[in-house]
Amino acid sequence: MQLLGHYNYWIVVVLMMSGFYLVIASDNLVKKLIGLNLFQTSVFILYISMSKIFDATAPILVEGENLYSNPLPHVLILTAIVVGVATMSLGLALVVRIHEAYGTIEEDEIHAQDDAP
Amino acid sequence: MKQHSVLRVVSKILIPLILLFALYVQFHGDFGPGGGFQAGVIFAAGFILYALVFDLDRARWVVPAWLLRVAVSLGVLLYGGVGVVCLLLGGEFLNYNVLAHEPSHGQHLGIFLVELGVGITVATAMITIFFTFASRGRPKRAVIPTTIHED
Amino acid sequence: MLSGIYSLLSAGLFVTMDAVDVAFTEAAVGAGVSTVFMLGALALTTSKEKRSSRTRLLPLVVVFITGAALIYGTADMPPFGAAENPIHQHVAPHYIQQSGQEIGIPNIVTSVLASYRGFDTLGETVVVFAAAIGVVLLLGGRFRNPANGTANKPVKGSAPEENK
Repeated sequence: MQLLGHYNYWIVVVLMMSGFYLVIASDNLVKKLIGLNLFQTSVFILYISMSKIFDATAPILVEGENLYSNPLPHVLILTAIVVGVATMSLGLALVVRIHEAYGTIEEDEIHAQDDAP
Repeated sequence: MKQHSVLRVVSKILIPLILLFALYVQFHGDFGPGGGFQAGVIFAAGFILYALVFDLDRARWVVPAWLLRVAVSLGVLLYGGVGVVCLLLGGEFLNYNVLAHEPSHGQHLGIFLVELGVGITVATAMITIFFTFASRGRPKRAVIPTTIHED
Repeated sequence: MLSGIYSLLSAGLFVTMDAVDVAFTEAAVGAGVSTVFMLGALALTTSKEKRSSRTRLLPLVVVFITGAALIYGTADMPPFGAAENPIHQHVAPHYIQQSGQEIGIPNIVTSVLASYRGFDTLGETVVVFAAAIGVVLLLGGRFRNPANGTANKPVKGSAPEENK
């Protein structure tokens, strides 16, 4: 069946939806960041799975091989991973400051403290 | 961590190997997987391991804050500097062909310098972020710990 | 801790898909420093989560609808692993064939990263630099008392200093 060749996209969608659910449905700020990380990794798997060719080898030139996997998504995802860890560390620093300012990292308690006169 | 002697001994053996492996990954990025980012992160992981097993103040004494500040800017400056040198030598920005007498040698030199800049910045950025996280909430201490020779 | 294991597993997945550079970076970054930063942030805040009392029906419904729409959308995408996919047809053959003569290093990913797409790598380095500066600006001052008076306990019992 045509659809069975797309199983890599299904895995990506499942992971992406788990991350999405964690982001919108948890109150704890660190849990939201973990969900964001999960989402991010699912996008990486999407790009890398699109670059794979069956019976090809890694994109490092060796004698005797002439079918290589596509190196361009690898470059993009390399950049994305490092930028992801940079934003994750900034997000965690913000969570630490929020905890020091409000005393909690649960979102509803933070809103309650903001709305209180 | 005075009690965990197994951890201390094993880390003392492993940390030089980790740093050496990071340098290997950095300079062999042309021939196998690797390059600046991976090497920078592994280098930072070596220092983070040192700070975790031994005292954080000792690690901050080994890698002082001014060194981290200088090094993280130096990496970015190296990268930009290579691009500007290419401009001054007659090519476009970051066109490494003009760096040497032959285009392929120029590419080798350009890639080597650029990956070095990236590796330095990534390593010191990760170490800086870890030290900042780890020293938040600790009261200010003297810079040089007095018990450096306790073992 | 689980996020570290998850990163290591996804690094293994990248290796099976021939992306060795990406696997290296994901293993080092995800299972290495990212876990350490998350543990550090958890140590500075709380590691216990409050049990929530609301039901979670609306996010679940939104997630299912979005997931169904995405799976319906990916039915049109090219199949996994075929060599005739559009992604392999435009710039990538040029990189694979020409990078041997033009640049001369075996690792195509490094040559694309540092030479063909050098601008992106410059931007990425600046982003890492900016993130380090941002974290130092946010958390780099010494021990601070929070605004509403719930003080964190100092580590060694000495009184926290006032900031400048």
